[in-house]
Amino acid sequence: MSILGTRVVRTEDPVFLTRGATYTDDLTDERLTGALHLTLVRSPLAHARITAIDVEAARQAPGVVAVYTGADLGLDPVVLFPGANKGMKRPWLATEKVRFVGEPVAAVLTEELYQGPDAAELVEIDYDPLPAVIDLRAAATDEVLLFEDVGTNTAAGHGVDDEPAADLFDGCEVVVGHEIVNQRLAAAPLETRAAAAVWGSDGRVTVFCSNQNAQGARDEIARWLGLDRDRVHVILPDVGGGFGAKIGADPEFALVAHLAKLSDRPVRWSESRSENMTGMLQGRAQRQTITIGGGRDGRVKAYRLDILADAGAYPRLGAFLPQFTRMMAPGTYDIERLDTRARVVVTNTTSIGAYRGAGRPEATAAIERAMDLFAAEIGMDPAEVRKCNVIAPDKFPFTSKGGVEYDSGEYAKAIDKALEAAGYAQLRAEQAARRERGDAKLLGLGVSSYVEITGGGAYAENASVEVHPDGTVTVLTGTSPHGQGHATAWAMLASEHLGVPIEKITVRHGDTDLIPRGSGTMGSRSLQTGGVAVYQAAGELVELAKQRAAELLEANVDDLEVDKERAAIVVRGAPGAKSVTFAQLAEQERLQVDTVWDGQKPSFPFGAHVAVVEVDRETGKVTVERLVAVDDAGPVLNPLLFDGQRHGGIAQGISQALLEEVVYDSEGQPLTATFADYGFPSAAELPSFDLVDMQTPTPINPLGYKGVGEAGTIGSTPAVQSAVVDALAHLGVRHIDMPTTPLRVWEAIQTAAKGAE
Amino acid sequence: MIPVGFDYARPDSVDAALALIAEHGEDATILAGGHSLLPVMKLRLAAPELVIDIGRLTELNYIRVDGDDVAIGAGSRHREVEVSEVLATEVPLLPAVARTVGDPQVRHRGTIGGSLAHADPASDLPAAVLALNGMVVLRSPRGERSVPITQFYTGVFSTVKEPDELIVEIRVPRAGAQLSQGWAFEKFTRRANDWAIVGVAVVDGRVGLVNMGSTPLRASATEAALADGASIEDAAALADQATDPPADTAATPQYRRHLAKVLTRRALQTASGG
Ligand SMILES: Cc1cc2nc3c(=O)[nH]c(=O)nc-3n(C[C@H](O)[C@H](O)[C@H](O)COP(=O)(O)OP(=O)(O)OC[C@H]3O[C@@H](n4cnc5c(N)ncnc54)[C@H](O)[C@@H]3O)c2cc1C
Repeated sequence: MSILGTRVVRTEDPVFLTRGATYTDDLTDERLTGALHLTLVRSPLAHARITAIDVEAARQAPGVVAVYTGADLGLDPVVLFPGANKGMKRPWLATEKVRFVGEPVAAVLTEELYQGPDAAELVEIDYDPLPAVIDLRAAATDEVLLFEDVGTNTAAGHGVDDEPAADLFDGCEVVVGHEIVNQRLAAAPLETRAAAAVWGSDGRVTVFCSNQNAQGARDEIARWLGLDRDRVHVILPDVGGGFGAKIGADPEFALVAHLAKLSDRPVRWSESRSENMTGMLQGRAQRQTITIGGGRDGRVKAYRLDILADAGAYPRLGAFLPQFTRMMAPGTYDIERLDTRARVVVTNTTSIGAYRGAGRPEATAAIERAMDLFAAEIGMDPAEVRKCNVIAPDKFPFTSKGGVEYDSGEYAKAIDKALEAAGYAQLRAEQAARRERGDAKLLGLGVSSYVEITGGGAYAENASVEVHPDGTVTVLTGTSPHGQGHATAWAMLASEHLGVPIEKITVRHGDTDLIPRGSGTMGSRSLQTGGVAVYQAAGELVELAKQRAAELLEANVDDLEVDKERAAIVVRGAPGAKSVTFAQLAEQERLQVDTVWDGQKPSFPFGAHVAVVEVDRETGKVTVERLVAVDDAGPVLNPLLFDGQRHGGIAQGISQALLEEVVYDSEGQPLTATFADYGFPSAAELPSFDLVDMQTPTPINPLGYKGVGEAGTIGSTPAVQSAVVDALAHLGVRHIDMPTTPLRVWEAIQTAAKGAE
Repeated sequence: MIPVGFDYARPDSVDAALALIAEHGEDATILAGGHSLLPVMKLRLAAPELVIDIGRLTELNYIRVDGDDVAIGAGSRHREVEVSEVLATEVPLLPAVARTVGDPQVRHRGTIGGSLAHADPASDLPAAVLALNGMVVLRSPRGERSVPITQFYTGVFSTVKEPDELIVEIRVPRAGAQLSQGWAFEKFTRRANDWAIVGVAVVDGRVGLVNMGSTPLRASATEAALADGASIEDAAALADQATDPPADTAATPQYRRHLAKVLTRRALQTASGG
């Protein structure tokens, strides 16, 4: 029997649940003995000129070994993300100007951790405040510049120079549009950022850090510090969540490495929650203008998406992500004419990077809102409108107007499955009855249809599999699990070929000396790249073993097969004949295979979600009653891990729709920088989810696997937002921006009531 | 998130605690459950030189019937209020309110004395004690005095308590089976464990408001209307009178006013058994 597709319990958990994980801040590695503790003095202002920095008093404070300002570092400001305006460089420690609340201005190194904050308070910095640029439209006017010498706030433009098609909506009976906000979110992983660095006598630096991609972090640290990358060794201890915000190095990591060099001591740093809420990359942050046109028969003909996106103060990956949004703009629909563009501007806020979904939830949210507006305008059921516009199954592979090739899809079927599981028709009847009766609790239904892109960054991944003489197996992977369960999943894939029980298989990752090549875990890529690579490596190892066994067993390679019960090579159809175990082969000669799997393409998982919400008409409070999810990511390797990914994603998706938003006041002060203020969800805000199965394999890899890590955030968010609006549709409400807080829902009801008067 | 250094003392009696407070004056701060004090110390918004921990003083840990009142030791944890059998029969409003405070961790640490002393207008228990017409018992080396809760609060985070005084007891009138007009608590939050955007505690026709001004407030206009025989609907419509609700990311003052009226109506309806 195959182990693939079975509900194997996570092998990672016993340690996590008993001894606990070892995060970067927990490390007791002897190389870090005597490490100094870094405390960063961060800017309390969003935009200001620095007129003086006085560190003398801090230098005299107990336990202080050194205090550095930008001038002491000997490092030039750096382009953190080469895909954006190259003039927008980030200083390691701000010297002339600060550009967001939380920007590091001085670095204090102390013997003891607790001495740091006391000394940091003694660093005196004089600021001359400048007007803060927070609003995206204000940023786009370039009236106040973040980088005066650059002359613009535009960090990147995607299709902005293309002439908008004037005739886009020609022949459309109905054209509707809206300006909508895909709000800024905080990733808020439970483990905040942390790094530790130590230089060896060989002139190499070892950096321990919390990250989703050891090799990428190594390359960035090397590039930023002007080091040959062979001189940087990155090790990732256990990582307590990332959600995209831990892709690649953060400037703080490189700073830790540099300070270890300057001070000639190991240095370690771990940020507080408050620091994390302003210092760590945030996500989304797009202002979108959607316009959709089509016929009263329900056929959509044309769609336009104009994006104004936030890069934060210093452009990072977020300057690129709107390109993903453009790519996925038409979603699951066969739309004749598409027009999209994105401008990305800098503002006096925390930098924007990837957050679970990274560009795709923004695309789905936009097109799904557009579909709802269109449906409302022509008076058709929103589910019907979707079904009448989705790409037909016989059209795959389908080259979308977004310029990508969807590998496989059965979109209408996914919608039908979700509607059926939800009992859509009965729910509509119930909704009508409640409205009729004037119930205090209104019912709202939201349907979303989605297609996303997984493994969209790096299509290839490395793996190595080795069987040891004692029968145990080591798998090395270039992926970088931080909660996903690769130790279990990759062991299953190796075990499938070798027959070695998963308890005897160790999966290692996140050490760039051990595994120099790899692209990490992000963009829902791991299984379809790294997992398939492990599967391939184990398969190749079997072939190698057969070649060696052929001689020993005096048999033809073609007559050999694996006896999984014994993890051995045997002669096919000859019970009792000679056999040799993998372990025995390894005893004779190292039995190891290195391989690269290159799928050469991303895949396009899809699905449909239905949300059922109740809205308290008097207070505006929304309760999610049900969330039905059809998530088709191809065959399922391990239903436990698969559903776990869906649960987490759906929770975050619902939370974007209802609760979460990073808010700044007009001066750039963050108003949501603690967990008391930021709308982080708990289980109490969520229903139990109805997960519906659907599996359409992708042709791009032999196992048919696609990614599911982000699907939940992509499908559930628009379904829930849509359901909230739908609950109020009979009052004339057409749109409410996310998060659909009680305040916003109540205000929408008030406005609708005034309009009706 | 590391506080400024401080000295720590854990006196073994209330008298010893009072002596320490008297000796150190403004430089000292009382620590009870720590769930309001420690967050502000970690943010370095408070930096006491001496922290006097009264959290383990069993002297302050009781809930008992005392004449016409129930006397609650200031050190009683929210959880103890929540599950108290005495309160369940004598003052059922209080356990119901305590149950809504934060999450289980908060309820197992935080104390009723700390909650009342901290004087955060967004706290639930002060408004409940206000609706109950409770008394705050204060003790200092100079002696003991009882202050009606209606006269206890003077503003955000401020009370009539003198720096050398400790809240030792909270007294609330017993009602038990005699509750004439019932009781109810309505707390409106975004998330289950959140602080109230607005809360309304109703008992015997008295109405306490959470987060509708700089102190916990009574909806006096509503109470007067009820006393005059107005309908619940009409009386509740006056619940925001003489309030000054704050603005924050969760609510505008206008929205809070609206919520106060809706929640007051609901609480009064529940209290009247409707
Ligand atoms: C995550 C979280 C959620 C919360 N949610 C809620 C909520 O929903 N509703 C709510 O009402 N509260 C909430 N709280 C606050 C909680 O109820 C606190 O426990 C309470 O406000 C303070 O009680 P404490 O015993 O912890 O006081 P401490 O934090 O120890 O002290 C608070 C202040 O009171 C003083 N003090 C304490 N005891 C005495 C005394 N006997 N005499 C004189 N002065 C004293 C201290 O010196 C200090 O200034 C929450 C707290 C947290 C951390």
